Amino acid sequence: MNHRPDPAPGADPVLELDAVSKEFIVYRKTGRLRRKRTTVRAVDNISLAVGSGELVGYIGPNGAGKSTTIKMLTGILMPSAGRVSVAGVDPQRHRLELARRIGVVFGQRTQLWWDLPLRDSFELLRHVYRVPAQRHAENLERFVDLLDMQPFLDTPVRQLSLGQRMRGDICAALLHDPVILYLDEPTIGLDVVSKARVREFLTTINRDRGVTIMLTTHDLADVERLCTRLVVIDHGRVIRDGTVAAIKEAFGGYRTVVVDLERPGPPLAVPGARVVDTDGPRQWLRFDRRTTTAAAVINSVVAQASVLDLSIEDPDIEDVVTRIYTSPPTR
Amino acid sequence: MADSLGGNAVASPRELAHIYRKLAGARIRADWQYRGPFIGYTLTQGLITFLDFVQIAVIFNQVDQLAGWSVAEVAFLYGASSIAFHVGDAFISQCERAPQRVKSGEFDLLLIRPVPTLFHLCADDFAFRRFGKLIQSVVVFATALVVLDIDWSVAKVGMLVVMLISGTAIFAAVWVTTSAVAMWMIDATEIMNSFTYGSSFAAQYPLPVMAKWLRHFLTFVVPAAFVSYFPALFILDKPDPFGTPAWIRFAGPAVAVVLMLVARTTWSAAIRHYRSTGS
Repeated sequence: MNHRPDPAPGADPVLELDAVSKEFIVYRKTGRLRRKRTTVRAVDNISLAVGSGELVGYIGPNGAGKSTTIKMLTGILMPSAGRVSVAGVDPQRHRLELARRIGVVFGQRTQLWWDLPLRDSFELLRHVYRVPAQRHAENLERFVDLLDMQPFLDTPVRQLSLGQRMRGDICAALLHDPVILYLDEPTIGLDVVSKARVREFLTTINRDRGVTIMLTTHDLADVERLCTRLVVIDHGRVIRDGTVAAIKEAFGGYRTVVVDLERPGPPLAVPGARVVDTDGPRQWLRFDRRTTTAAAVINSVVAQASVLDLSIEDPDIEDVVTRIYTSPPTR
Repeated sequence: MADSLGGNAVASPRELAHIYRKLAGARIRADWQYRGPFIGYTLTQGLITFLDFVQIAVIFNQVDQLAGWSVAEVAFLYGASSIAFHVGDAFISQCERAPQRVKSGEFDLLLIRPVPTLFHLCADDFAFRRFGKLIQSVVVFATALVVLDIDWSVAKVGMLVVMLISGTAIFAAVWVTTSAVAMWMIDATEIMNSFTYGSSFAAQYPLPVMAKWLRHFLTFVVPAAFVSYFPALFILDKPDPFGTPAWIRFAGPAVAVVLMLVARTTWSAAIRHYRSTGS
């Protein structure tokens, strides 16, 4: 059960990892002077191909190797073994050539000029990336409009809110028309409104400009709202790779019936379902869609108690991913 | 390979010069917002550099000569090495900040830009204040040239130019090399600083006043002696009390080339072995 969707038909992969590993040598102090040398495998034999225009969520627990992978794909880190190819370029040998074809956003730090107005950063990047003036002006106009940045274009970056700064950083990463956009935790620390705006923007540029997007996140709502494909890694290995829908189907093949009873009572006994939570008169009954149906569960509930209201919930991605981490890997 | 942006894949020297002006300009505009401390710093630096020279003058107030070198001759040595040092300081010393950027994680951001990392780093941290010390060095050197009764020849004028260029290259190479080493020995920054600043300090004095081990160190490890002492022997027609072969006086450019190669190799090794920070 290892879904590996091929890149869109006819499209060559725009990004490829072929049996890539990254090891770090770590010295641990074991005494006053003695140090112990250990090798940590942050990325362990990962192979991955992403087609042009895909929107991939790259997720995993802390220390799973997400950032290390992104850093190898941008040429920041050299792989210890394996082959990396991005936009037709080997990031290690041609880092400068690659730089003009990729955009990178690090949620934790900004690439904007801290003490200057936001507008100046965009202008400086035009020179650094050698973007033709006309193209730069068109892109800027469009992104300022889509990200609603007009009100703070002349504000020094250090005075921007986190949400404003993130919008500025995403714009900065796209002004040179990159083929691929990497985002490392793009929504970290953002409020609900800013998150929504960032997601909407990423969907738009992916759809309208065909920019391939790869993002790491801890916010699974990002994945659910944005991504078409999900790659889950743990301990430096890919443990799941598939469409978001397929993964949800495989790991969340259940639904939940929520019922509001007339009065609180003991958990209901329904064949094929079990009560996973109660809150006063409200009860949550989870059932496996392969063994029973929502109708059968509801019938059984109605036969036992008088029901004021009911609804059916799909599993949320949070739950699905927890189940992936805790289930044994398939290879 | 064709690039969607058009133009050549890697910036040409002319384009780099343009980018340098833009990046340095951005730094100047940013610094200007904190001009109070900026002006204060410039004045203090000028004073400190001036005191450096006063210190040499004080020594000569007690003795007429320092190992056979007059005040003017020492001013010549001091001026030449300090011009070389401060040109390096103005354009290359910014690479000292590399370990700091590695620590803060900002180094990642330099590596995703389509311009050479060292270039970007040096342009980013451009500072006008560093030129203050350069002006002071030029004044001292010019004064020495006027006071000294040098018997000029074409060869000596050539040597003067070569001395300043290769001296600058030597300091620049030492800076880049030590910064590169400090990048992977993050905690060794202080030791590394003692190399660069120590060698600049040493180049301001005639070699014979130093102990033998220090002389050898400066000649062979950090070849500061090649920055000003050996070329000065030629320009000022002075004998070398150690009887070093005459060709040593002309070895500056060769030393500079070797050191630049070492710097280049070390710097690219540092980039290749860069580990980034967590997250």
